[in-house]
Amino acid sequence: MNELAKELAARYGARDWHDRRGDLSSTVVDPIRLHDTLAWLKDSAGYAHLSFATAVDNIERGVFTLTYTVRNHEQGHSLMVHADVDRANPVVDSIHLLWGQGWTYQREMKEWFGIDFPGSPRVDEEFVLEGWEGPPMMRRDFDSLAYSDATYEGRPGRVTHDPATRMQERLYPEAGK
Amino acid sequence: MRRQNEHVIPPETRATPDLSSGKYLVMWQGPQHPGITGNMSLRLVADGDTVVDCETHVGYLHRGFEKLMERRLWMQNFPLVCRIAVPEPDFNEYCYAAALEELAGVTVPEKAVWLRTLSLEMIRLASFLMWIGGQAGAFGHGTIAQWSVTMRDYVLDLFEELSGGRIYHMYIIPGGVRGDVPDGFLDHVLETMQVIKKNLDDIELVMFHNAVFKMRAVGLGYIPPDWVDKYGITGPNARSAGVARDLRKDLGYLAYPQLDFKLITGGRSDAFERAELRLAEMYQSIDLIRQIVARMPKDGPFRERLPNPLHWKIPAGETYVAAECTRGEYGFYVVSDGGDKPRRVAVRGPSYTHAVSVMERLVRGVNIADVAGLMVSLHTYPPEIER
Repeated sequence: MNELAKELAARYGARDWHDRRGDLSSTVVDPIRLHDTLAWLKDSAGYAHLSFATAVDNIERGVFTLTYTVRNHEQGHSLMVHADVDRANPVVDSIHLLWGQGWTYQREMKEWFGIDFPGSPRVDEEFVLEGWEGPPMMRRDFDSLAYSDATYEGRPGRVTHDPATRMQERLYPEAGK
Repeated sequence: MRRQNEHVIPPETRATPDLSSGKYLVMWQGPQHPGITGNMSLRLVADGDTVVDCETHVGYLHRGFEKLMERRLWMQNFPLVCRIAVPEPDFNEYCYAAALEELAGVTVPEKAVWLRTLSLEMIRLASFLMWIGGQAGAFGHGTIAQWSVTMRDYVLDLFEELSGGRIYHMYIIPGGVRGDVPDGFLDHVLETMQVIKKNLDDIELVMFHNAVFKMRAVGLGYIPPDWVDKYGITGPNARSAGVARDLRKDLGYLAYPQLDFKLITGGRSDAFERAELRLAEMYQSIDLIRQIVARMPKDGPFRERLPNPLHWKIPAGETYVAAECTRGEYGFYVVSDGGDKPRRVAVRGPSYTHAVSVMERLVRGVNIADVAGLMVSLHTYPPEIER
């Protein structure tokens, strides 16, 4: 796979190549070259199968790390292509013309992380969160408890206990005295 | 009526019907509908009784698994992952456990490797049995569903004996499996396989030689071979298009390299052939289970000792572990930042492509009455789309 790493580095500035397993490697490209990298991998390097696309919120670095995993079935090798996108302005080129299912992953990333893919079909439509009005829920700074308290009403008659205190009271009542 | 071997390729671009013209009917199939697999719905636009446009709507079963997993310890996620694909929980358990083992550098004992393979093949058979009932039911054959669900229950009896759980097993855990086989279990497995094989013979006779099933399924939902990479199609849907791919062969995980089996492929790539191919894979699963029972080590440890799960920190890293489930490539992408909880877990289910992009295109031009049969022929489970 070293030839592929060199080729990607020369063509698209790919860096940080890691062989994770015998059949799995990863590399990093700039987001501006992400689409072209994936197009070349698909059309010229045999990585025609898109396994999945997703994002990781690396909030400490102020980026979303996009991950596109493509597979070359003839060589039995998968490659994870990463790209760090500015968290403050997450806009990425769409891959919906490369793979027919690409728009679905992008629609999900728009809804879950707030990453935009201009031109991607139905990218602004709701995916799984019908009627969602909060911030993108997969962001690390999304406060699910505050959102829940503000959005939903508590069930009447329900009492919530602190687990540690509750268990101590139930199992070791003498210890609390 | 479709002619046999007539391959109609639906248009790539969506129709833009004028809904105010009074010519079209907008109707929802699902989320509560006997012809829908699970909690999803299709928004169909019909011209007469022919569908001209379709949108898949999911989210009715979204439980935020991937978000929840970021807030729980590595081991606490096992009761969650098995619920992502209800009829096939074991593939989730295996992929998640194998990802953790890879990141943590844990080696699984030989006996656990075979027990995991046995568990995965048993659930493959159970899932196919559930599917074939749905496929027959979608074309009006309710009796077959009663037979096959009974057979599935026999497999669930085996899981109950093995793990204590019928639907969710939590049997595959990091380091191996949760327990050894009980006394007499392997004999029960072989007896059950004999019963199921006999039933499959009956199903083959009644369903696949039935004129109504043939007339409705042949030619329905043709998938051209060049769609396989274009749409990320995997599993029996790809193999029935003549594309010989199976991760059990391609990745060679668990004990599969030591088992004797051949890839089953087709070429007609319609709903009828997909059903035939899955039936053949059910027989193949029975054969694999018999091989596993015959060859698996009878002694030895079934689990590697792990650190205290309440304080288990996994070294920073990332991996993607995939397995061949009944519907195709099932995978877990796991990222660790070195802490006691996952940084990110993303699940790749085959329904993500089959039930959305592929389904929306295949259904164009199909009769409304065949939509259910077409959808079941793609074998989709909405929960793995929503996670």
